[in-house]
Amino acid sequence: MIDALPMPPAFILFLGALLLPFLRGGPRAAVALAAPLLTLAAVWAVPDGPIATVDFLEYQLTPIEGDRLSRLFATIFALMAFTGTLFALRQQSRLELPAAFVYAGGAVGVAFAGDMITMFIFWEVMAVASTAVIWAAGTEAAYRASMRYVLMHLFGGVLLMAGIVGLVAETGSVEFGPMRADGVATWLILIGFLINAGAPPFSAWLPDAYPEASWSGTVFLSAFTTKTAVYVLLRGFPGTEVLIPIGTYMIFYGIIYALLENDMRRILAYSIINQVGFMVVGIGIGTEMSLNGSAAHAFTHIIYKALLLMSAGSVLLMTGGVRRCNELGGLFKCMPYTALMGTIGALAISSFPFTSGFISKSMIAQGAADQGMAWIWLALAAASAGVFLHAGIKYPWYVFFQKDHGLRPQEPPLSLKLAMGLFAFLCIALGVYPDPLYAILPYPVDYVPYTTGHVVTMLQLLLFSGLAFFVMLPYMKRTLTITLDFDWFYRRLFRLGARELVDRSATAHGAALSDAEARLGQFITRIFRTHGPHGVLARTWPTGSMVLWAAALLALSLLIYYR
Amino acid sequence: MSGLAAHLPALQVVVPLFAAPLCLLAGRAGLAWLIVFVASCLATATAAGLAYQTFQHGTLSYPLGGWAAPWGIEYVVDTANAFILLLVSAISTVVLMYAPASVDREIRQGRRHLFYCMFALCLTGLLGIAITGDAFNVFVFLEISSLSSYALIALGGHRKALTASFQYLVMGTIGATFFLIGVGLLYMMTGTLNMADLQARIPAIQDSRPVLAAFAFITVGLALKAALFPLHLWLPNAYAYAPNVVSAFIAATATKVSLYVLLRFTFTIFGAKFAFLDLPLHWVLLVPAVIAMFAGSFSAIFQRDVKRMLAYSSVAQIGYIVLGIALSSAAGVAAALIHIFNHGLMKAALFCALGCIFHRIGSVRLEAMAGLGREMPWTMAALVAGGFSLLGVPLTAGFISKWYLIEAAFEAGLWWLVVLVVLSSMLAVVYVWRLLEALYFKPVPEGRAAVAEAPLSMLLPTLLLAAANIYFGLDTRLPVEMAQSAATILIREQIW
Repeated sequence: MIDALPMPPAFILFLGALLLPFLRGGPRAAVALAAPLLTLAAVWAVPDGPIATVDFLEYQLTPIEGDRLSRLFATIFALMAFTGTLFALRQQSRLELPAAFVYAGGAVGVAFAGDMITMFIFWEVMAVASTAVIWAAGTEAAYRASMRYVLMHLFGGVLLMAGIVGLVAETGSVEFGPMRADGVATWLILIGFLINAGAPPFSAWLPDAYPEASWSGTVFLSAFTTKTAVYVLLRGFPGTEVLIPIGTYMIFYGIIYALLENDMRRILAYSIINQVGFMVVGIGIGTEMSLNGSAAHAFTHIIYKALLLMSAGSVLLMTGGVRRCNELGGLFKCMPYTALMGTIGALAISSFPFTSGFISKSMIAQGAADQGMAWIWLALAAASAGVFLHAGIKYPWYVFFQKDHGLRPQEPPLSLKLAMGLFAFLCIALGVYPDPLYAILPYPVDYVPYTTGHVVTMLQLLLFSGLAFFVMLPYMKRTLTITLDFDWFYRRLFRLGARELVDRSATAHGAALSDAEARLGQFITRIFRTHGPHGVLARTWPTGSMVLWAAALLALSLLIYYR
Repeated sequence: MSGLAAHLPALQVVVPLFAAPLCLLAGRAGLAWLIVFVASCLATATAAGLAYQTFQHGTLSYPLGGWAAPWGIEYVVDTANAFILLLVSAISTVVLMYAPASVDREIRQGRRHLFYCMFALCLTGLLGIAITGDAFNVFVFLEISSLSSYALIALGGHRKALTASFQYLVMGTIGATFFLIGVGLLYMMTGTLNMADLQARIPAIQDSRPVLAAFAFITVGLALKAALFPLHLWLPNAYAYAPNVVSAFIAATATKVSLYVLLRFTFTIFGAKFAFLDLPLHWVLLVPAVIAMFAGSFSAIFQRDVKRMLAYSSVAQIGYIVLGIALSSAAGVAAALIHIFNHGLMKAALFCALGCIFHRIGSVRLEAMAGLGREMPWTMAALVAGGFSLLGVPLTAGFISKWYLIEAAFEAGLWWLVVLVVLSSMLAVVYVWRLLEALYFKPVPEGRAAVAEAPLSMLLPTLLLAAANIYFGLDTRLPVEMAQSAATILIREQIW
């Protein structure tokens, strides 16, 4: 049982969540900022190996078990909780921050879970807490999105649970270690994990729900759920080959949809799927290099994606809720600091040399190259160009640069600036001096990111895709000035021969989705007809027909038994 | 064993039985309540004592009135029925703690002591069914519990309570008659009513038509009493229109006791080999169970009366229990017993919480309950705990049920069944969510006066039940160990 232990890191955040509702002003800020920092200290106090066991059901659970991978993810989760809190200090909603603390605590808990049951419990904590973060936005749209979100996650949760039970029944052990996707149980687990990672065909929950959260809520959301999924995949399914095509699909799905999108935070949400796709591919390749790459990429991605979403959140807050690209623009004049932060984030996500994205994503590509997976390497390279298009240029261009639409917001308050500044600093610091990150990766790193060839290749790639963006800008712009009607957007884009393929796949996807939606509607109506209060299965029956049923069942049983 | 301890099996039934006429004599509600409550507390203590004795000494046999077994009626207690006795008497005690305030509001003065009298009889019947080792005696107690519960349901304030009670009366009587016909056929073939004797004599004549017919009559009759789909039609109205105390008590115990008898007859008396290898009972149970899981949940989703919603949810949950039985393995039966226990806890907590709401606003329709979350925070906390347990959220009792059920299905190699269980459990999310949404996110309806929290005498038992849902999600030793040992006792022949 638990005795004389270091404080479990997750519980510091849970405790913080319990305290926050009772505090106001200065003490609230102090507790809110101290809790993630204490968590960070506790994370590094967890030694290697299991440090406590608890009996539950017939099994021995290991609620906390430290190793390099756990510590890496717990570190970035705690760091994220700190910066996210700093950014969210001025948030009016009193629900959001406690919910976010529970959410972050759940993520840290998953990272240290030594067995499947503990992992599952924290997993469900995250699902519920993240839903509360979305609600906290307080709008009708947010409420509806959170409902769809929580249903999807609970669905993933029950699949995961069924898989865990099956695996435990099969092996008799609850240990959470590498598995092979070769039976029903492990497949269920894998699907449960992948749903949280935003993998197809369950990607839609992410861009649907995240942009509906408040200006600060989205920042929290972007960090934990998908990256926890990356963590469990790293621990549970390294080298599972099916992850390579799945990850590749995610990469391109994210790019295509982000390019078609007009809502600035939805662009970034699609780009989360795209970035997680890179990590999933790295896990699928399964060499030490690529696994390191995926882990490092998760670490850096949390930082730059949070930075991007913080810049978007600042714009949202200061403009009073303008979120569409075609209504924004020219903000670099009145919000130069925010524009700079957004641009640094954009460069990092495009893995520009001397930013954190460069030193992590290149490890995944190197992993593919080492294994002689030429197609994968090419796909990753092409995707890097795509990332630059949708997140590296499109986002800052439409929000901060391009023609101005008359908005004159001010710079955000100091705490928001500080939060962005901290992560912007990390983006560049890790890009210039990656050794501290490399030192805490799960496997020893023998990789030098800055070779001349590599840097030149990357710069060429980025410059040419940048060129392509501006060459095609008139087309994009013309559509964007009138848009919002999705159909029209598609049809207009159709004329771009170069995009034809992209477009077809997107329309097909869209058509399939709306078709599925219609079918679902029909299905529910049909169920209501039979199960609704007056449906055949739920109305009050005359006693005679009830008796008839009993007689029928008896006759049937007799027939079956007599044969 | 000596003295009182030796007579615990008789006391288990006799104490509540004598409480009933005493209530009648008492004539006043307060005194009647006290008598039944004390009897129920004693019954709980007795059940605990019996459970302890079965753990210490194994199966206990008690010849009633000193008449030795095959001629006289024998009470037999092993872990399986000790488990059921404990559940029934404990739920009854907690529900009785809750009863006075609720009964005062819902039942006319002058009838209240009669209510407690019926309650005592119902408790007697349920305990008797579980404890007896005599097949005919099961019928007798089945009728005692049924007749008293018809009366209890008819006491409900709504006009429809009478129709609901009448339908239950017709259906319940048919179920009991089927059971009796089955027992009669067995008596005709074997010349005995003692369960142990039946068990010994059936194998020699098991292929004869009367025995097959007896088996069909008994299983269908019990399935009707247990409300297995499609024989559940009496249940929604009975639960919905009964007084709240009765809903809580019956939902948590009555169908469970019938399921226990089903287990006892199929696994112990007829034997698993006869029921599941020679005859395809698993298919006869599995198909309705799976349909119940879905049809019950879908029907629950569309209900606006929350008591009916929970009633349909019970239909679905009974599907899960029968599913465990249909797996016909030790793990499956253990899962079924665990869910019998946990589902009793959930439904008792939920119906009690609804009773608190009814006490304050006089309705349990979703639209009337809108926005109550802030006004009755403690009741809502209990409702949330019960609802989460119903969903099987980790760290609640429901999670343990789901875990063992899925594990048993995997062990049987029926992974498609796992998928069905998982899918149907998602439906529970929808209807529980509809409830929580109304309570916390819908605006308060126009013109509703401020609502106070439920009185403490109702709130505390409700919270106790809610806490039990969480406690048994963390410390699973009692239900799991008892259920597993009960399963090995019930299944005398392993077939898989």
